[in-house]
Amino acid sequence: MLKNSNKSYGLVAILIHWLMAIAIFFMFGLGLYMVELTYYDPWYKGSLDLHKSIGMLLIAMWVLRLIWRQVNERPDELPGPKLEQAAARVGHFLLYALMLLILVSGYLISTADGKPISVFELINVSALPWSFDNQEDIVGEIHFWLAWALIGFVVVHIGAALKHQFINKDSGLSRILKVNKEN
Amino acid sequence: MKKRILSAVVAAGLAISGVANAAEYQIDKAGAHAFINFKIKHLGYSWLTGRFNDFDGDFSYDKANPNASKINVVISTASIDSNHAERDKHLKGKDFLNVKKFPKATFESTKYEQVSETEGKLTGILELHGVKRTITFPVEKIGEGKDPWGGYRVGFSGETSLKLKDFGIDYNLGPASTHVTLELHIEGIKK
Repeated sequence: MLKNSNKSYGLVAILIHWLMAIAIFFMFGLGLYMVELTYYDPWYKGSLDLHKSIGMLLIAMWVLRLIWRQVNERPDELPGPKLEQAAARVGHFLLYALMLLILVSGYLISTADGKPISVFELINVSALPWSFDNQEDIVGEIHFWLAWALIGFVVVHIGAALKHQFINKDSGLSRILKVNKEN
Repeated sequence: MKKRILSAVVAAGLAISGVANAAEYQIDKAGAHAFINFKIKHLGYSWLTGRFNDFDGDFSYDKANPNASKINVVISTASIDSNHAERDKHLKGKDFLNVKKFPKATFESTKYEQVSETEGKLTGILELHGVKRTITFPVEKIGEGKDPWGGYRVGFSGETSLKLKDFGIDYNLGPASTHVTLELHIEGIKK
């Protein structure tokens, strides 16, 4: 129920997957929106605080997700040509890598001046003891383009899931929607 | 006779070079005895201050002939520092300094008028955000003399208020924040 089986994903993996999916889409929209707000917009400050807070939670969730992925059984790869299976592996690796890089770059923007990030005003995440010149600008550009790259790969990811579900009919989508009843 | 002429020529040469060099100063950037600060009102309720960390320049000044003084300063706009990474990022972006397009701000003096022993009026061309404007502002000589390490120094302060819109920066910061005050505190070491 909680854990994965060789056929399908368990509740924990499904919850983490969809929580992060919703959060990532929300963060992408919020990020594009908040940088356009002007100084006198009531949400000028709040939007950024929210973006940073969610970002820090996402880092924690990313780590948990990777640990869970390692300690848990993984559903078998979906049937298909060798090349497609290899592409799926590379694609999933890129999704994980991009998520991490975006989260870390976001952290490096806000902590470039050595100040911590306040997560919902509950805990502070400290800055690294070092930084480099114009860190907030350089990493800011990287953060922006990586976010677009991630969304691009997410679109491919969704397309692939739909193809598996409706063309290959190999339950590519339903195994991340329905909790397995085994173990 | 020949010797005397030679020594006279050498002496004259030394005197001339001495005069020419006497008034040339390099801004003490390495020792960080120079500061370019700015302040602007926040919402009209308080002052927000910051500075430019990277700039360079030189000037000439001679007590005996102060009105011949000249100064050149080049500021690296990306070095703006208001002690808040996100704000600095915004200030460096297109809404404000647009440092990618305008990496340098420069000031080149065209005139100096001494008003009193320690006060003067400096006129020059400020290029900021790609816009060149002639500005005039009061400067104060703080002091001059030998330093303890074998050099000779002189220091000035000056302050001027700029309307951001004059330089093509028209981001709305509110009615109380249309002008920024620039403060220069510089110390020069005689070259």
